[in-house]
Amino acid sequence: MLKLFFHTGRYFLLMKRVFSRPERWRVFFRQMVREIESIGVSSIVIVLIISIFMGAVCCIQMAYNLENPLIPRYLIGYGTRETMLLEFSSTIVALILAGKVGSNIASELGTMQVTEQIDALEMMGVNSACYLILPKIAAFVFFIPVLTLFSMAIGLFGGYIASYVTNGVTPHDYVVGITSMFRPFYVTYSIIKSFVFAFIIASVSSYHGYYTNGGALDVGKSSTHAVVYSSIVVLLFNLILTKLLL
Amino acid sequence: MIEVRNVYKEFSGHYVLNDICAEFEPGKTNLTIGQSGSGKTVLLKCIAGLHSVSKGDIFYNGRSFSVMNEKQRKEIRKEMGMVFQGGALFDSNTVEENVMFPLEMFTNMSFEERRERANYCLKRVNIVNANKKFPSEISGGMQKRVAIARAIALNPKYLYCDEPNSGLDPVTSIVIDNLIHDITIEYNITTIVNTHDMNSVMEIGDNIIFIYKGRKRWQGNSEGIFDSGVEELDNFVFASSRMKQIRNLQNRK
Repeated sequence: MLKLFFHTGRYFLLMKRVFSRPERWRVFFRQMVREIESIGVSSIVIVLIISIFMGAVCCIQMAYNLENPLIPRYLIGYGTRETMLLEFSSTIVALILAGKVGSNIASELGTMQVTEQIDALEMMGVNSACYLILPKIAAFVFFIPVLTLFSMAIGLFGGYIASYVTNGVTPHDYVVGITSMFRPFYVTYSIIKSFVFAFIIASVSSYHGYYTNGGALDVGKSSTHAVVYSSIVVLLFNLILTKLLL
Repeated sequence: MIEVRNVYKEFSGHYVLNDICAEFEPGKTNLTIGQSGSGKTVLLKCIAGLHSVSKGDIFYNGRSFSVMNEKQRKEIRKEMGMVFQGGALFDSNTVEENVMFPLEMFTNMSFEERRERANYCLKRVNIVNANKKFPSEISGGMQKRVAIARAIALNPKYLYCDEPNSGLDPVTSIVIDNLIHDITIEYNITTIVNTHDMNSVMEIGDNIIFIYKGRKRWQGNSEGIFDSGVEELDNFVFASSRMKQIRNLQNRK
């Protein structure tokens, strides 16, 4: 319990240092663009693969579970859309990205810590936390809506492919389903969640990377901790935000 | 001038530094020698402000480091350059970008001026035709020299080198030693070098401090090191000299 308080306190102290004025705005924006490329753009392929399969599986499972002839078939498309919008495109994608982006951030910062690169920055009088972590958080929070919206579109397309190649639902019924009873707030809800998740993943992973002690083995441990703890916090906040927003 | 007054440093109840007092003068190559684990790096990091001291104080030209606020510390850090044991070059930046980094962060120089200054510093440490290479593409000796170039880019008043010779062959070590010594005199910098290499001690040691188990046991110059009367220092010097004798004998054979 004491450890939890220690880490929580140290996390907030780190965030205080992170959210200070950058030394040079020009350098900050350049770093941010680099991070958008390395954290955001490079995640598009994994999001595409996950989303297309999630959408397809969701559609097949809906069809499998809604076999009652009294239930209209278009509800399969409707259910797939709601599942993608409400949960999969934000939470599941966030959990996958916690693995990819979280471990990437933690191992990068951890390596910089054990090779004294962070000390070198501090030595020069640079606020290393702000210089290294702020562009990562800003880039990920900035780019996450793109990934979420992309995941929604691709997931629905995955469902369409599934309807096309299987007998569960006709493509026509599926399209009717995904265009029925649409509530735009669900997209807003999903994007709000993804903003929070992006912040959690980037900041928790940065925390674990930044405070790495020791050598290569410890960088691996930090990377694992980053993925595990950011996933747990994402799930916790998923519950809190769902209760608050819906 | 840097003064270290009664400095103690504790980690989890264990004192790594015990009542260290020392003075480091400008224009001199000050060496801190001692076995591995004696506390040299911790002392250097305390002086550089990377570790806070548990007791005692460090003075920069009479100004106490511990009473300075964050802004004042930041200002004084801009006057410091440090060469870390592993070089600590930024992996994702090229050699030139590494040297240009402090200039970009703390000066209003244009890109061309920064590049010119970086090239001058790189030439000063005899690095040519490696500007566009990444740290992983150059040798350990070159990395150390690039680290020195980065450390002197902002014309520092204080230069700290943590075991600049570690992992280097004797010839490259001498090159690095001489480079540090020449730069110290040329720019009138207060230089502190951590080392356990006796060759460095004899070559460039203007002011030497011997640390044993976290305590300062001796201070003097390279001429007085053999007549110190300190048993631990004699053992340290003897072990290094014996290694040298073995090497000499092997060379003769």
